[in-house]
Amino acid sequence: MAVEYDGGVVIGADSRTTTGAYIANRVTDKLTRIHDKIYCCRSGSAADTQAIAEIVAYQLGFHSIELDEPPLVETAANLFRASCYRYREELTAGILVAGWDKRKGGQVYSVPIGGMLVRQPVSVGGSGSTYIYGFMDANYKPGMNKEQCMEITAAALSLAMERDGSSGGVVRLASISEEGVERRVILGNQLPKFSTH
Amino acid sequence: MEKHCTDSRVKGVSTGTTILAAVFDGGVVIGSDSRASVGEEYVSSKTINKVIQVHDRIFCCIAGSLADAQAITKAAKFHLSFHSVQMESPPRVMAAASVLRDLCYKNREELQAGFMTAGWDKKNGPQVYVVALGGMLINQLVTIAGSGSTYIYGYIDAKYKPNMTKEECLQFATNALALAMGRDNASGGVAHLVVVTEKGVEHVVVPGDKLPKFHDE
Repeated sequence: MAVEYDGGVVIGADSRTTTGAYIANRVTDKLTRIHDKIYCCRSGSAADTQAIAEIVAYQLGFHSIELDEPPLVETAANLFRASCYRYREELTAGILVAGWDKRKGGQVYSVPIGGMLVRQPVSVGGSGSTYIYGFMDANYKPGMNKEQCMEITAAALSLAMERDGSSGGVVRLASISEEGVERRVILGNQLPKFSTH
Repeated sequence: MEKHCTDSRVKGVSTGTTILAAVFDGGVVIGSDSRASVGEEYVSSKTINKVIQVHDRIFCCIAGSLADAQAITKAAKFHLSFHSVQMESPPRVMAAASVLRDLCYKNREELQAGFMTAGWDKKNGPQVYVVALGGMLINQLVTIAGSGSTYIYGYIDAKYKPNMTKEECLQFATNALALAMGRDNASGGVAHLVVVTEKGVEHVVVPGDKLPKFHDE
């Protein structure tokens, strides 16, 4: 998931990759760097999303050199959309593009399966996301600061990981702002706990 | 979107509904939305009440085909009232839940429905039972079912606390139903809530425009 705040974005993901019932990687890093201040959150087929992310990172790096300035988050999002839409029949990829640029500050763009592009202040994706739509609708308020965004992201991811069999492991968080990228990991036993019933 | 809707959003057995039941200090709240849909495109009724009374202080909700729901609750009501006459006392909530479980288990090949029984009895006070698909019966403090329920698992896990007051629990249930109706096509209309305590039964209907609104509405 990804959340905008005034001055940047907070992104987060679980760390489980499964092949059927087997957890192939329990410490996956689903927050992938596309450029210095642009990251993407990958969901769906790991192979598809890794391939697309590499291609977009290349395209964006080239574009940035041509422009001689840091690329826009919207550009990165459009590059993802172009690939995801053109090859929509072959791909299973749900991607959140989030980052900071000088023109519009923190932005989150959602490129779900099918290849649509939409900017949203908050976006969740992946199999566990269905379980936290209600929680996010109830708890997100516009105008939260970075720490509040981190907390709500960690809480939402914990809730989803508790309910979704395909999500689990650790929570990886990152915040992207003008100052740069700050990454955090919250281990299983440090996750927020909710009343068990 | 057709070919790609094979992810977890398509829940094979749940149909257009959100139902919920929760125990609070002294009673239970049981609630549902009011939409009946055909093929998730046509809303055949905007105001159906899915909370069905099977005895004075025992209610049940069914997430599934309405035809199944009506047939099964009719059978359950009969069994329960007969049982109650034999025992010469009001039936226990567990008895109602068992009746539904037996019906569900015996017909598990044909039925695709989730049942929820909630009520109050003198021996164990307020209780909520869930009969899951295939006939498993479990006692829980709070439970949700139906297609809209997937969107509120996180909210329920975060927000439900045991031993809430009646007002807190009603607000919790209304919020949960509103959130689910906001995200699920197949749930909507008004929120029907029933509060069962030792003293009796209270129906609360929250029309669509009085439902809580959240930040993006």
